[in-house]
Amino acid sequence: MSNLIKLNNGVASLVEDDWALVQLPATQVEERKQAGKVVLFKLTGEATVTEAQIADTVIPATGKIILPLSVFIARNSEIKDRIAQGEIGVWLATHELLENLTQQQTDLNALPIIAIFVERFADGRIFSLGNLLRTRFGFKNELRAFGDVLRDQLYFLKRSGFTSYLVRADRSAQEAIASLGDFTKPYQGAVDEPRPVFKRYNRGV
Amino acid sequence: MYKYDEIDQQIVDERVAQYRDQTRRYLAGELSEDEFRPLRLQNGLYIQRQAPMLRIAVPYGMLSSAQLRKLGDISKKYDKGYGHFSTRQNLQLNWPKLEDVPEILADLATVEMHAIQTSGNCIRNITTDQFVGVAPDEVIDPRAIAEIMRQWSTFHPEFALLPRKFKIAVSGTKNDRALVQAHDIGMEFYRDSNNQVAIKVWVGGGLGRTPILGTVIREHLEWQHALTYCEAIIRVYNLHGRRDNIYKARIKILVKALGIDEFRKQVDAEWAHLKDTDNTITEAELARVAQHFDAMPYENVQAHDAGFDAAVASNPAFAAWVRRCVHPHKQAGYRAVTLSLKPHGQAPGDISSEQMWTVADLADEYSFGELRSSHEQNLILADVKLSDLFALWEKARANGLASPNIGLLTDIICCPGGDFCSLANAKSIPIAKAIQMQFDNLDYLHDIGEIELNISGCMNACGHHHVGHIGILGVDKDGSEWYQVSIGGKQGNDASLGTVIGPSFSADEMPGVVQKLIEVYIQERTPEERFIDTVRRLGVAPFKAHVYAKNEVAA
Ligand code: HEM
Ligand code: SF4
Repeated sequence: MSNLIKLNNGVASLVEDDWALVQLPATQVEERKQAGKVVLFKLTGEATVTEAQIADTVIPATGKIILPLSVFIARNSEIKDRIAQGEIGVWLATHELLENLTQQQTDLNALPIIAIFVERFADGRIFSLGNLLRTRFGFKNELRAFGDVLRDQLYFLKRSGFTSYLVRADRSAQEAIASLGDFTKPYQGAVDEPRPVFKRYNRGV
Repeated sequence: MYKYDEIDQQIVDERVAQYRDQTRRYLAGELSEDEFRPLRLQNGLYIQRQAPMLRIAVPYGMLSSAQLRKLGDISKKYDKGYGHFSTRQNLQLNWPKLEDVPEILADLATVEMHAIQTSGNCIRNITTDQFVGVAPDEVIDPRAIAEIMRQWSTFHPEFALLPRKFKIAVSGTKNDRALVQAHDIGMEFYRDSNNQVAIKVWVGGGLGRTPILGTVIREHLEWQHALTYCEAIIRVYNLHGRRDNIYKARIKILVKALGIDEFRKQVDAEWAHLKDTDNTITEAELARVAQHFDAMPYENVQAHDAGFDAAVASNPAFAAWVRRCVHPHKQAGYRAVTLSLKPHGQAPGDISSEQMWTVADLADEYSFGELRSSHEQNLILADVKLSDLFALWEKARANGLASPNIGLLTDIICCPGGDFCSLANAKSIPIAKAIQMQFDNLDYLHDIGEIELNISGCMNACGHHHVGHIGILGVDKDGSEWYQVSIGGKQGNDASLGTVIGPSFSADEMPGVVQKLIEVYIQERTPEERFIDTVRRLGVAPFKAHVYAKNEVAA
């Protein structure tokens, strides 16, 4: 059965995945650790994608596909028509820069789906990325989390603007749905409910 | 103090249910050790040497008598009949069973308490000055904003899994007692030239393995923007802080790597989008929360009390206690009182269930049913009438809560160390006890005067040794326990980090080393100098010379 949970008007259910995820081929090159200032700082410890990996990525000729950001950018001319037909989505790792996506693709809403890959449960960058995509870049379509996605992140992912969650294959997505409702009246404003509790309820004087 | 409404209560109740299910899944093998770890940590549960340790939140150090009574019950029922007040104003239980924790949380929820975000990589309990609301030098009572920030930070979805823990301190006094410069974010409240409440914001302070004092990122922030501005800071940190190396993951490392100017630029760029969005605090919300911190219904009493004066004059033991444990108050005829959790020869900050019940009764009888915990690991009754002090002292003394050593050498700040903590290089509690016994003469202690001694069992610095006038750090050398000594650290507006005096010492040598440091001070001090002043004037050299004279120790 599918492990994909999707929110539809706030109601979560398990659905079949109609998107195919395209991965980069494994790299032969040593992982490069970068340290230092400003932008490089963001990349500390994360593997960089190589030209060869991008070139070797197999882009399926038909169907709805989600491409790695680096491939989406470097080989954009190959997929122009398919973007227009709504067949192309993009995925990013949590260390990648949203600005790289928005520079390439000014109209994000031409993409039916953006997905964020979270390698480790503890990597909370995914929440800021979701928030920025929704509030800063005005993305309105499906926003998906995949990777090390376990039920105890779901509530936070939902509040950060994610609308679909591909739960890790060895866990029950059916049971995980319950955690989307862990808390009924959150204190702070976030993507799903921008108003903080003190603007939603009259809590007395 | 703040009282929950149904919304607050529901969140805490839902947390109990959520954590109960997480524990169930862990025990059923549905969550691995690694997957359960961040979940239990966000709920204050460490697995330690001896047993799990549960850290219970005491928001900005405020407790009601009912809460303390319940903590006494809980530590009796689920632990060995005592608890430990930590340097972040929280209460820790050293021996709870993992399976009991959901029940403990349910008990806590009945008195509006919880263990949410008391550890883990998230926004932690917000701390402040223990004399908040009553200190004569207070300009602004920051508790209402602290409570608003507590609510905002509770399960903040964007900041649920930060690179590392995140600590915020607030202070509204002329003399900082909240260590705002030693926190990830420090907020110093003041009145600006238009008489409006404003905040000076510090960022990137922290002790631990790389001690750094914070830098001012913004001189003037209007209070309405406290939440959105913090969101801007923490978002930059969440996205760009290091996650590959736990020792380089605190915000202080990011601020250092970028430089404060670049960091400020990035924060301002975020804030340009966040400013005036929905999380901006309204006047109405501030007013709603602030009323919970209204001044107590003080009686109109004289600034002096003849009975009190007479007792001070005739009873030297009472007078000594008054000198050390009784503090000035905004309201005429009232005083704040510190109940010392540092009796000589006992683990600093430890308190038995019976003592908790006693203190709860004392708070009801003498201090409007409220009390505070301090980052110096003592308890405070903040609103005691002058005329009640003698009766309070007698009862406190009968229960081992009136050691007249507050601010003196034996008021030691100490982490749990090797007796409890699996990260420790060395034990710290036995060192504290040995020093307390070495200086077990009150007249001598009073003569030495104000001094702060801090002990940490390893470089994680839970005992804040960097800011101790004397700091002691447990180090590991070839598998045995040694202690490195530094002097000249200080908390407060003129905070500084201590300087190591030289090679480290064995446990046996430590009381003697402290003794020698004190001897130099006694000999060199001018009449008005405290230990720290003498160290600052003379530097480390004379202290070092005396400590290492003759009786050289192997390093
Ligand atoms: C017994 C189990 C404990 C463990 C395993 C533990 C662990 C740690 C660790 C690893 C750090 C360093 C974090 C970093 O550098 O980012 C730390 C810092 C700290 N701990 Fe603990 N701790 C324990 C108990 C305590 C207690 C009992 C207190 C209070 C008395 C305390 C107060 C603090 C404080 C104030 C810091 C902050 C230092 C800073 O600003 O970086 N801890 N702790
Ligand atoms: S300073 Fe070290 S030994 Fe002490 S409690 Fe913290 S981690 Fe443990």
